[in-house]
Amino acid sequence: MLKEWAKFKGFSAKNLPKEEPFAPGHRACQGCGEVLALRLALKALGMNVIAISATGCMEIISSPFPYTSWRVPWLHVAFENAAAVASGVEAALRALKRKGRFPRNRRVDVVAFAGDGGTADIGLQALSGALERGHDFVYICLDNEAYMNTGVQRSGCTPYGAMTTTSPPGKKSIGQMTWKKNVPAIAAAHGIPYVATATPAFFLDLMNKVKKAALVEGPAYVHIYSPCPTGWGTKGEDSITLAKLAVETRIFPLYEVIEGKYYITRKITKPKPVEEYLKRQRRFRHLTEEEIRKIQARVDAEYERLLRLAECL
Amino acid sequence: MPKGKDTALISWKEVPFGCYILEPGNSVGFKTGDWRSFRPVLDKEKCVKCGQCYIMCPDMTYTQDEEGYYIADLTYCKGCGICASVCPKGAITMVVEEV
Ligand SMILES: Cc1ncc(C[n+]2csc(CCOP(=O)(O)OP(=O)(O)O)c2C)c(N)n1
Ligand code: SF4
Ligand code: SF4
Ligand code: SF4
Ligand SMILES: [Mg+2]
Repeated sequence: MLKEWAKFKGFSAKNLPKEEPFAPGHRACQGCGEVLALRLALKALGMNVIAISATGCMEIISSPFPYTSWRVPWLHVAFENAAAVASGVEAALRALKRKGRFPRNRRVDVVAFAGDGGTADIGLQALSGALERGHDFVYICLDNEAYMNTGVQRSGCTPYGAMTTTSPPGKKSIGQMTWKKNVPAIAAAHGIPYVATATPAFFLDLMNKVKKAALVEGPAYVHIYSPCPTGWGTKGEDSITLAKLAVETRIFPLYEVIEGKYYITRKITKPKPVEEYLKRQRRFRHLTEEEIRKIQARVDAEYERLLRLAECL
Repeated sequence: MPKGKDTALISWKEVPFGCYILEPGNSVGFKTGDWRSFRPVLDKEKCVKCGQCYIMCPDMTYTQDEEGYYIADLTYCKGCGICASVCPKGAITMVVEEV
């Protein structure tokens, strides 16, 4: 428990904030899990925020001229520099407060949003720099496991075996050939005060983590699993079911890293087989039993590793 | 083919200086409801007013009426079916949208 959280009671189903900082009329696909994650994160943060988004689906669907879905100050920046711009905004706020041009006690949270491509690949150095400098901001990665905005190209966060347009399965390829990059671990390695993983299926958990991230003094990183029906070849109505299955199969474990210490926020004692998750998605349709066994073994090993981290540290 | 000026959302003469958008959240003027091919229909008998449908809707369509029921605003509902799939009581059915 950090001292900044002392007054935060946590959200519950009964005291959800009424505000919607993100407006309807946006153009995300039917059943988009990424825009739902964005909505829930903003709902947790409230209206006193300055949001910065890297380009990607969430920028495209929220701002085709002459419309905007943003009811809070929002900066759309390039693909690679959400964390750098958020750094600048946070530094400017501090300078204005120092000069007496902005009320010292007024709380404004700075939040950067980027996709998995904008985070794990091209934006990684900007993110690392911002975490290293210790800016007081929240970085949220909305991970739909590929570059969806430009038509489903693989990213460092695309899971092993997944079909994308740049990791097509065929005679000589099983689809994505690398294992998913562990960005929360990279963020945690910077020694920042707060890192968490979340999914819209557990919306209270997501909202509480985002709020805690904002309350923390210094940088915080939240990695949100975001189902994408269009890119994954799934049904829109299945987005929440899949997000739940990802946790229940241990494919996407929910945890926090508070000042370096790992806490598993939802222990999965009786995991479902990964096959149950994989078989519902067209991007994994080509996987052979052998490949599925390989994925299961990897998921088991990764979860063991996480358990050890949570116990030992 | 209609000419550009008949189909454009906004003519260049009306574009504000610097292409500013002067009203936050003005996408409420863009009605995504016409994307829909299925419509969520609520059975109030089964509903326990838990609000799962409200919080899980990616299009923020649900608001509570005076009696506490959550009602979808079909102006924006894209018909994804998430609300029906998360409802713990099976109170929402997706029915084909008639034109
Ligand atoms: C330097 C640069 N390279 C490429 C692009 C084109 N581009 C825009 S968004 C995008 C992919 C975004 O993927 P991700 O960050 O995962 O977000 P998503 O669309 O999946 O939400 C790409 C390649 C760009 N805008 N800038
Ligand atoms: S492509 Fe995927 S992430 Fe992008 S708007 Fe559509 S469903 Fe959402
Ligand atoms: S999820 Fe179902 S039971 Fe809960 S409020 Fe909505 S319709 Fe009613
Ligand atoms: S069908 Fe989808 S868009 Fe329509 S109300 Fe239900 S969750 Fe919202
Ligand atoms: Mg992506």
